[in-house]
Amino acid sequence: MAVEAARDCLTGQDRGKVASVAFASTTLPFEDRLNAGIICEALNLKANINAQDLTASQRAATSGLITALQMARGGAGPVLMVAAEKRRTRTASPLELQTGDGAAALLVGSGPVVAKFIASASRTVDFVDHFRGEGFEFDYTWEERWIRDEGYNKIVPAALDDLFKSTDVKPADIAHFAMPCVLARVAAGIAKKAGMPETAVRDNLHAVCGETGAAHPLVMLADALEKAKPGDKILVVGFGQGCDALLFEATENLAKLSPRLGVKGHLARRKEETNYNKYLSFNDLVAIERGMRADVDKATPLSSLYRNRRMLTGFIGGECKKCGTLQFPKSNVCVNPNCNAFHTQEDAPFADTPAKVQSYTADRLTYSPDPPHYYGMVVFEQGGRTMIDFTDADAETVDVAAPMRMMFRIKEYDSNRGFTRYYWKAAPAGKPAQAKA
Amino acid sequence: MATGIRDKVAILGMGCSKFGERWDKEADDLMVEAFEEAIADAGIEKNQIEAAWLATAIEEQHVGKSGVPLAVALRLPYIPVTRVENYCASGTEAFRGAVYAVASGAADIALALGVEKLKDTGYGGLPQRGRGALNSMFWPNLSAPGSFAQLAAAYRAKHNKKPEDLKRAMAHISVKSHDNGNKNAKAHLTNKITMENVLQSPMIAEPLGLFDCCGVSDGSACAIVTTPEIAKSLGKKDIISVKALQLAVSNGTEAQHNSWDGSYFATTRVASKRAYKEAGIEKPREEIDLIEVHDCFSVTELVTMEDLYISPEGGAIKDVLDGFYDADGKVPCQIDGGLKCFGHPIGASGMRMIYELYLQMQGKAGPRQRKELPRYGLTHNLGGFPHQNVCSISVIGKYGD
Repeated sequence: MAVEAARDCLTGQDRGKVASVAFASTTLPFEDRLNAGIICEALNLKANINAQDLTASQRAATSGLITALQMARGGAGPVLMVAAEKRRTRTASPLELQTGDGAAALLVGSGPVVAKFIASASRTVDFVDHFRGEGFEFDYTWEERWIRDEGYNKIVPAALDDLFKSTDVKPADIAHFAMPCVLARVAAGIAKKAGMPETAVRDNLHAVCGETGAAHPLVMLADALEKAKPGDKILVVGFGQGCDALLFEATENLAKLSPRLGVKGHLARRKEETNYNKYLSFNDLVAIERGMRADVDKATPLSSLYRNRRMLTGFIGGECKKCGTLQFPKSNVCVNPNCNAFHTQEDAPFADTPAKVQSYTADRLTYSPDPPHYYGMVVFEQGGRTMIDFTDADAETVDVAAPMRMMFRIKEYDSNRGFTRYYWKAAPAGKPAQAKA
Repeated sequence: MATGIRDKVAILGMGCSKFGERWDKEADDLMVEAFEEAIADAGIEKNQIEAAWLATAIEEQHVGKSGVPLAVALRLPYIPVTRVENYCASGTEAFRGAVYAVASGAADIALALGVEKLKDTGYGGLPQRGRGALNSMFWPNLSAPGSFAQLAAAYRAKHNKKPEDLKRAMAHISVKSHDNGNKNAKAHLTNKITMENVLQSPMIAEPLGLFDCCGVSDGSACAIVTTPEIAKSLGKKDIISVKALQLAVSNGTEAQHNSWDGSYFATTRVASKRAYKEAGIEKPREEIDLIEVHDCFSVTELVTMEDLYISPEGGAIKDVLDGFYDADGKVPCQIDGGLKCFGHPIGASGMRMIYELYLQMQGKAGPRQRKELPRYGLTHNLGGFPHQNVCSISVIGKYGD
C-alpha cells in the first residue's frame, strides 16, 4: 500500500530528485529490516538516500511530516513522506468495526508546492488511550469517554492554541480541518471550541475506508488537497501520546498536478467484499484449512533476492540497445529471435508500462487465499511480456485484451520465519482521475 | 549433414506396467513389472543389456536422484545407468538416450525405462514442486491445468471460434479417449463417459473441467533396443524400428517475446517438421496411421493436431468432431486411452505411448487392435507450460519400410 501510494504521489515527478524517505506505520511488516528500504527499492530511487521508519504512535506520520518539512526548509528535500497501516484487530471488537487499512504519501520540498507549510505545533503527553505491547497481536483500549474528555478535548485544543499564537491565520480562516478520531463529534467539538467554521470539519472517511491508523491524518490531508481551492487553509491533526497540528495553505499549483488516482480514484477502483468469513480468512483471524498444496516451504533465498532486487522489487527488465526489444526479465542474450545479441541490454522499468491480457485462466486447483486464482500472460504496450499473478481480478474485469496495470504486492508470506516477500502483480487498470479543474 | 536415426535402431522388446493408483506397490515394483514383460518379449538375458537410461521427473516423491534406483531395482551388473529428466518428455528422452547409444555403436543392447510413483502426496493433481530459487520468486502460482487452459482463450481469439464449439470438441476428445481406454486393461481409468459428463464436470481452471484433465497415476514402461542386425540374429521377424526422434526446447521466445500469440506450441511445430524430415514423411495427414500425443488436457490434444500438421490450422475442431481421430477414424489418436485414461506418471508416459504403437504394429493390441496394421506411428510429449516447454516426438514403423 505504501508503495502504491508513493507511486501515485510521484506521478509526473522526477524520482531521481527524491533525497530522503520516511515511512510511518505501527504495523510494519518487519521489526528489524528497514521497511522504508523496500519502498526505495520498489520505486527505484537512487541509492545515496536517507531512509527511515517511524513507528510506535498513531501520530508517527504527522511527526514525520513536521520533520520532513523542517528538512525541506533546510534544503535537504525533497522528502518522500509515506504512511501506511494494515490494522489487525480482534474478531468482534469495536476496533474491528472502526479500523481500515490504507496508505498515503506526500512529497515534501520547495518550489512550486501544492500546499505551503505555514506553522505547526506539537504536544507530547504520555496519555495511553490504547497500547500494543511487544509480542502482542492486538490493541488494548481504555474507556472512550475518558479518551474524549481527558485526551482529545484537552490535548488538541492546547496544541491548537500554540499553533494559532504562532501565526496570523485565525481559526475562522480554516477551510479544511482534518482530524481523525473514531469518537463521534469530537473533531466537530474541537473545531467549534477553537472558533473554526462548522463547514471546515472534514469527513473522516470512516464510512468508506475506516480509520487507517497512523496513515489516516495523511489520508485525510490528501483527500482535503483533492478538494481544496487555491488559498484554502488546511489544518491537519495527528493524535497519539500528545498531538501534532500542521497548518498549510493550498496553492494554484494544485491545478497543475498530473492526473492521478488519489483518494478518490483508489476508492473508485474498489472491489467490494461483503463476506465476513473472507475478511476473517484474509486477515488470518481464523484457523482455516488451506489444503496440502499450501504446505510448501516458502523460504526466501535472501542472497538471490538481493542479487535480483532490481528485477523482483523494482520490476526492472531489459532493453536491447542493438534491436530495441524490451524484455522481462533482463538477460544476457536478447530474446528477439532476429537479434539474440549478447550483453546488449540496459535497465528498462516496466512497473508503469500499460499492459494487456493475452491469455489468462481462473485456476481452482492451485493454492490461493482467494480462489479461484487469476493469472496469465500480460503483454506490455511498448514490448515485453510476462506470465504473472493477477490481483483484484474477477470474471467481470479480466478478459483477453483487458488493460492491466502493475501493482506492488505481497507474493508470499513465509509463516515459518515471518518473512514477507514482495513482487508485482497485474491488476485491472483503474482509470486515472482527471486533473483538478 | 546428419543422416538421422531412421532404421538404425530396432525395438527388441517392450513392457508396460498397469497404470493407476498402485497403493500397494513401490516404484521398484513397477519397474520390475514393466521390465519383466520387456525382457521376455526381447528374448534375451538381463546381462546382455550394456547400458541403461532411467526417466523420472518428480524423483523427490519416490526414488530420489541418479541412475542408482534402476540399477538397484533390477540388480543391473554395474553397467552405465543414466537418469534423465526433461519435464514430461523424460520418458522419450530415456528412449532417445538408449537409441543413440545403440546407433553410435557404444552399446549393442540398451534399456530405457521410465517410472513415476506420484500417488504418495496425499492430494490429487500433480505434486507441488520446486521451480528454482529465482523462478519461485517471480513465476505466478500456476498449476498445469491453469497454464494449459490459457491455450483456449488464445486459440478462440486467433481463429474466431465460439467458446461452446471449442468446448464441444474438447469434450469429444475426452469421450473418445475413454471409449478407447475402456478396451485397455492396463489403463488407470477404464470407464466410458458421455459428452454431458465432460461439459458438466466441475471447473478446474477455466475453461478446463475435471474431465478435460488427465489423471495422476503410478506406472512404468520400458524398451529394450538394439541394432536391426542383432534383432534379426536373435530371430526377430517383422522388426519395428525407430524412424525419427526429435526434441525442441523453448528458448524463452514464447515467454518473453511478443511474436507468440499463445494459441499453439512453437516447439511442436519445429520438432514435428524435423521428425517428418528425419523419417522421410512428406504428407503427415496421409502417411501417418496412428498417433499418441500428450493429451494432458483436452485442449492440448486439440491444438497439437494442428501443430503436428495433421489438421489444417484452425481446422482441428472440425476434424475432432468429424471423428477423424476416433479409433475407427483416419488417424486414431490415443487408441490406448491416452494420458486421459492412463494418467501421467511422468517418466513413464513417453514409453507407454511407444509401447502402444509397438503393439499395434505387431497386431498385438487385443480388443483395440486396428484392422489394418499401422505403417507409421507418431508419439508426442510436451513438458512444461505452453509458454515454455520441451517437446519430444518419435516416429516408429516397420524396419526397411
